Amino acid sequence: MIRAKAFKYGNDINTDYIISGKYKFKSNDMDAMAHHAMEELDPDYYDKVKPQGGFLVAGTNFGCGSSREQAPLVLIGAGTQAVLAKSFARIFYRNAINTGLPVVVCDTDAIQADDHLELDLEGGVLRNVTQDTVIEFAPLPPVMARLLADGGLVAHLRKHGTFKLEDASG
Amino acid sequence: MGKTIAEKIFASHAGREVSAGDIVVCDVDFVMGQDGTSPLAIRALENMGVDTVFDPNKVAVVMDHSSPSPLEGVSALHTLMRDFGERTGCHVYDVGCGVCHQLVPEQGHVVPGDLVVGCDSHTCTYGAINVFSTGVGSTDGAAAMASGKLWFRVPQTIKIQVEGAWPTGVYSKDLILYLAGLLGADGATYRALEFSGSAIDALSVEARMTISNMAIELGAKAGLMAADDKTIAWVREHGDRTPRPVDADPDAHYEQVITVDVSQLVPQIAQPHTVDNVVPLPDVAGTPIAQGVIGTCTNGRLEDLRIAADILRGKQLAHGVRLIVAPASREIYLAAMDAGYIQDLTRAGACVVTPGCGPCVGTHNGVPSDGENVISTANRNFKGRMGNSNAFIYLASPATVAASVLTGEISDPR
Repeated sequence: MIRAKAFKYGNDINTDYIISGKYKFKSNDMDAMAHHAMEELDPDYYDKVKPQGGFLVAGTNFGCGSSREQAPLVLIGAGTQAVLAKSFARIFYRNAINTGLPVVVCDTDAIQADDHLELDLEGGVLRNVTQDTVIEFAPLPPVMARLLADGGLVAHLRKHGTFKLEDASG
Repeated sequence: MGKTIAEKIFASHAGREVSAGDIVVCDVDFVMGQDGTSPLAIRALENMGVDTVFDPNKVAVVMDHSSPSPLEGVSALHTLMRDFGERTGCHVYDVGCGVCHQLVPEQGHVVPGDLVVGCDSHTCTYGAINVFSTGVGSTDGAAAMASGKLWFRVPQTIKIQVEGAWPTGVYSKDLILYLAGLLGADGATYRALEFSGSAIDALSVEARMTISNMAIELGAKAGLMAADDKTIAWVREHGDRTPRPVDADPDAHYEQVITVDVSQLVPQIAQPHTVDNVVPLPDVAGTPIAQGVIGTCTNGRLEDLRIAADILRGKQLAHGVRLIVAPASREIYLAAMDAGYIQDLTRAGACVVTPGCGPCVGTHNGVPSDGENVISTANRNFKGRMGNSNAFIYLASPATVAASVLTGEISDPR
């Protein structure tokens, strides 16, 4: 169970907003770059989320744009515990699982900024403590669940020596 | 049931029949990373405990996004990439070679029928030469560099049927901007696009690449086209690998079919700050601009430079307007010099910079000032994209950019 506050943003949050190109090419140090997470939309994101963690809550097409894996890495570095969105862009979704950032597809319309949320990833349940409501969501696709359970793609390949995914249906 | 181009390419690389929705582990034909993504891929390879690549001839790292280096931090990442190349024997394209998405097809690394991944979202560009190519993150890219394999979900396909004669002043860029506006930034998420029809057949291979390049701006995984005689001739001119063209079956299943008549199309503009915020040019004609950009993986090819040179030859930029030109590769740069386009553009007042991505991604080579409007042939206009959050980016064809820098306001090239 992950417990944290909601930080809410809109639709089509692109990877340039998550980490601007003017920073991402400078360094391989994600902890340093995490200070610039979400800067284009919310310059205080790092200062607000880092101390106590938080859920990044968004609308549709979260993570659209570039393939930069720095996007999930700086969100993790800024203390983001999971991203909850109505839908995700394809490359970001893969990158998040590969780097160990939980991503949940669910109806986020009713969630307000600063709501206290409890996320049960395995059970597929998001409880909004502030509003006393429950949002159910479909579990991760089996392939993604296996990768996340193995600890990401690098750990999966180390464990099995190759890809062991085709038997995970869907 | 017949198969789409995507289904057939995945089947040939998975070694079995596949249909949309299947999860497959496939052999890949080529893997590419650029200087914004290769450093993390190299780190991921280290974490995997791997210090070789599956086939050095099928892996490339390209220094293009921040090239030549404007900062010591970038220099260190470039050194990391050069060392990786020395260690593994993979292809290294150093500063000045050009933009990764021009180099991979131009240097003959990919041919029709291939399955390719690249650590850059615009890897979908090679769909124009019948390659299923798609962008991945650095960890996926590292897994492919190490093993020569990667897992995929076989995508559903949306067919875009494009008919009609191209009007003067309307280009393939206008078509893909129009489609971005029509379908939206997530209109094709998790889908492949398949472009066909007489208006696609009429385009050069270069102009087709502009369309496939921007498939990702609609959320698509790939922007595929069949290989015709032009494709095969282009591929043979650029390399010695044997093409394996793949066409869709007549009874292939498409999730959706969209038909466009280009004879009715006018020049299009994507307004700040999203690529799907598209309007017909006349709606925003007269908007003042401070800077133009011609180049990038979308529109930095010889044909694009020719179109711009034809408009700017013998003329001068409007007072107070800048024009930055970045040829997509050294070969294009040289060909444009041989043809006199570079001289035409430079005499008109343009500033020609090193082949690469700089101005588009905000790393250097033309960061706009606060409040300025930029008109660019690039593929993204997100807030801050060019390195300043207080600037405004309009996307257009090379002809529209050239016409606009002559007047200092968004202008119709027709």
